[in-house]
Amino acid sequence: MIAHVEIPGLPAGIAPGKVAVWWFLASEIMVFGGLIATYIVFRLGGSGWAEASHHLNVTLATVNTLVLLTSSYTVVQAFVAAERRDARAVRGHLALTILGGFIFLGLKAVEYTTEIRAGFTPGTGIFWSFYYMMTGLHALHVIGGIVVNGAVLATEGVSVRHPHRVELAGLYWHFVDVVWIFLFPLLYLA
Amino acid sequence: MLNWLRWLPENVSTYGADVDAIIALIWYTTVVWLFLTFGAIGLFLVLYRRRAGRPAAYVKGERLGEALWVLVPVAVVLVLDLWLDFSGAPVWAKVKIERPAAALSIQVTGKQFTWEMLYPGPDGRFGTADDRLFLDELHVPVNRAIRVVLRSKDVVHSFFLPNFRLKQDMVPGREIEGWFQATKPGKYELPCAQLCGFGHSGMKAYLYVHPQDEYDRWIREQWS
Amino acid sequence: MTTATAEHLRHSVWTTYVFSTDHKTIAKQYLAQGLFWIVVGGLLAGAMRWQLAWPDTKVPLLGEIGPEVYNMLVTMHGTIMVFFVAMPILLGAFGNFLIPLMIGARDMVFPRLNMLSVWTFALASLVMLASFFVPGGAASAGWTGYPPVSAKPVYTGVTWGINLWILGLALEFASFLMGGVNYLTTAIVLRAPGMTLARVPLVVWQQLTAAALFLLSVGPLIAGAVMLLMDRTLGTGFFSPELGGDPLLWQHLFWFFGHPEVYVVLLPALGFVLEVLPVFSRKPIFGYRWIIGATVVAAALSFIVWAHHMFISGMDPRLAMPFSVTTILISVPFAYLIFAMIATLWRGSIRFDVPMLWALGFLTMFIGGGLTGIFNGSAPADIYLSGTYFIVAHFHYTLFSTVFFGGFAGVYYWFPKMFGRVLHGGLGHAHFWLTLVFFNVTFFPMHHLGLAGMVRRIANPLQYDALVPHQWINVLATYGTLCLLAAQIPFAINILWSWLAGAPAANNPWNATTLEWAAPSPPPHLNWGARVPTVHRGAYEYSVPGEPLDWLSQDSAPPARTETGSPR
Repeated sequence: MIAHVEIPGLPAGIAPGKVAVWWFLASEIMVFGGLIATYIVFRLGGSGWAEASHHLNVTLATVNTLVLLTSSYTVVQAFVAAERRDARAVRGHLALTILGGFIFLGLKAVEYTTEIRAGFTPGTGIFWSFYYMMTGLHALHVIGGIVVNGAVLATEGVSVRHPHRVELAGLYWHFVDVVWIFLFPLLYLA
Repeated sequence: MLNWLRWLPENVSTYGADVDAIIALIWYTTVVWLFLTFGAIGLFLVLYRRRAGRPAAYVKGERLGEALWVLVPVAVVLVLDLWLDFSGAPVWAKVKIERPAAALSIQVTGKQFTWEMLYPGPDGRFGTADDRLFLDELHVPVNRAIRVVLRSKDVVHSFFLPNFRLKQDMVPGREIEGWFQATKPGKYELPCAQLCGFGHSGMKAYLYVHPQDEYDRWIREQWS
Repeated sequence: MTTATAEHLRHSVWTTYVFSTDHKTIAKQYLAQGLFWIVVGGLLAGAMRWQLAWPDTKVPLLGEIGPEVYNMLVTMHGTIMVFFVAMPILLGAFGNFLIPLMIGARDMVFPRLNMLSVWTFALASLVMLASFFVPGGAASAGWTGYPPVSAKPVYTGVTWGINLWILGLALEFASFLMGGVNYLTTAIVLRAPGMTLARVPLVVWQQLTAAALFLLSVGPLIAGAVMLLMDRTLGTGFFSPELGGDPLLWQHLFWFFGHPEVYVVLLPALGFVLEVLPVFSRKPIFGYRWIIGATVVAAALSFIVWAHHMFISGMDPRLAMPFSVTTILISVPFAYLIFAMIATLWRGSIRFDVPMLWALGFLTMFIGGGLTGIFNGSAPADIYLSGTYFIVAHFHYTLFSTVFFGGFAGVYYWFPKMFGRVLHGGLGHAHFWLTLVFFNVTFFPMHHLGLAGMVRRIANPLQYDALVPHQWINVLATYGTLCLLAAQIPFAINILWSWLAGAPAANNPWNATTLEWAAPSPPPHLNWGARVPTVHRGAYEYSVPGEPLDWLSQDSAPPARTETGSPR
């Protein structure tokens, strides 16, 4: 894989990986954007949504939001550490980021179990269909992010030599965080 | 085969002529463009066949003077297209947005794979004891505006009256209104126009347009 | 250089032909899969047409086709042609083959991601194939898959078939997302010295626009596909009114993607024609920069026209005129493209080699399809025409022109470069003329059937009084189809024979200017020998006055200075 490429006449050092990840994120933005737009249109047109969303656990979700925000901070620290060639700090911060991801998934699992036990399944109503679908798709992306961060951590020798790998993993992780920042108020607070 | 307009089925609806006029307008315009473009292509292929001693012209078409040869026709296309579109706006509004007061309302419900036509009966209200349901047949008087309230019990169907130039999808969970006014008595096919399952092929009803006195007789017979 | 040369010397049969990261091999893998599926898609069409001409008789190889099976044929024919023929051949095969070569790169920027993309496509193909053989049969709700008929198995009797259809499409989307990211990144970062964006050949611009368009439009459909799968398997109600959902939601999500998708299919083939016309007119393409501009404008506009597929769907009728207007606007850049192609012929020195015939076929037949689009874009006309065979005629004139005429222009033009062999000219001529004639015999009369009121997706026209007198058209179209299928036999013979035993091709049999013709036929691994080419001029320097040859390659010696001292 090429790290940096020099092209005559162009600004020095375009990182192909970064270009690729941004194009990938553009397509992902369209997936979640489409979902969120659909949710908003449905929500504005329907009734009973606010009532249904009262059954969600706002406290757990708030904790989750803070967890994800913290993990976005730690992944940035991992990148800074990689640029400093500080392998121990890279390891530590990536591990914290991954831990954040697991905590998020764990709390989400608690939420889902409680809700299903209370009788709120995906088929219970249109709000619940959207809730499970949007948070479920998001959770799959969190798992993906954990895998990517894990891979960067596992090959930390390479990552320290090529800090842009950490940067790219961080970019994706930020995206996952930003999606949650939209989902949280739309589903839990509105 | 050459005059497409003659392939449209007989029009027996008040707004059908307006729809046909739009189709005709578009047809004449597009036929002219077809001849112009095919003519130019044919001409150039003949005139500019490779000939020894005559090289091609080094024309890039990027300077404005050259580009105008293409930009002007493009502007003509835009103007004509907008004209066609805006000519159609009142026709669309007539069929789909404005609705005249109707002499009769009928609830048409699509269901895999039958048409259920519910008449409100003499009291003019749905959901009362004198409602009557007919399957796959719709009876209306000529020269009166008829409202159809389109519903579906299961999947998306589509109410299509070719002789009236009317089509409207029927969506479960919605009540969509359409209207038409027949100008001539007769028996007209009403096919379903949206894939609705394995019985879609052949899912059709018949619309019977009666002269007023015949229609009144039919009413008396059905509600006696 | 991308990786150390030593690594490339240790290649086995597996890594050269099966698990290859070479863009040229991956291109051929896409091409092979696309050609397999075109046979399947064509045979499905043949079976459909047999049933339509002679309803309830025995179709060869299949026996009697009932309406359930007919709906499966219709659905899978459409799905296969768009997603498993058009995209892998036009975008996957030619995008992969041409982009690195034409920008002077040694391979794609992410060769292993490229390999993953073609293998993901292979997996998608397997899933689609499997859907034919599961209990309940293949998907049968149309390639458009409208719910509720597609959302509740009870409405079709199809269970696993539609689930696998959704999964197969999801894998196909993933494959092309990966490919798209690769194409776009490669074109930005791996251009050879001197290959500025203004010197990049139009076919590459078209591939990139198509890739970006796909990337940005498929998202909402992915969301919709997940919803459909959840409705089918988890009891959610996104599209079920009784649970608070709305069937029209699917239509919006589908067509928001669906309209850009037809341009994703069109643009690569348009690119082939834009390359072929200058070469065989020995003239620069007319309006290079304007063509790029028109393409980008058309791609952008394609995001705001989607509801012209939904005029009579039950959506608010006041939305019809706005979408009619945007649809009209999109005809403007396409009008430019058509006129620019015609202007390229003007004062040219035209040769009628086989690739040029296909390019001219595209130009004429696509004009036909584009003109009927004007009917469909007018909301009141569409009240009558929607859901009839007029629409079928329209999209076959546009899509068939794209995939067949445009696609074969590309195949015949680049076959010598891809395989190092020359295709037989006589068989090529036969293939072209027979295809042109029988394409029109099959599809031209469908305009008339639509005007006469024949609705789509019916298995037996004789069930409708109005269609009985026109049944001869259905019979004619079926004979046309069977002859059209047979017309592909010269090509099948040609491609196999020439690939195995054809005359060797020179580096530049067409005397074309673009970089791929500077490489050997076929190019070796890593494309260029010791050094990548340096580019000195644009891609369409044909018949330059004062030059001894009527073409100047992009990489040949630096240009002579003109009198004003500025280079070309």
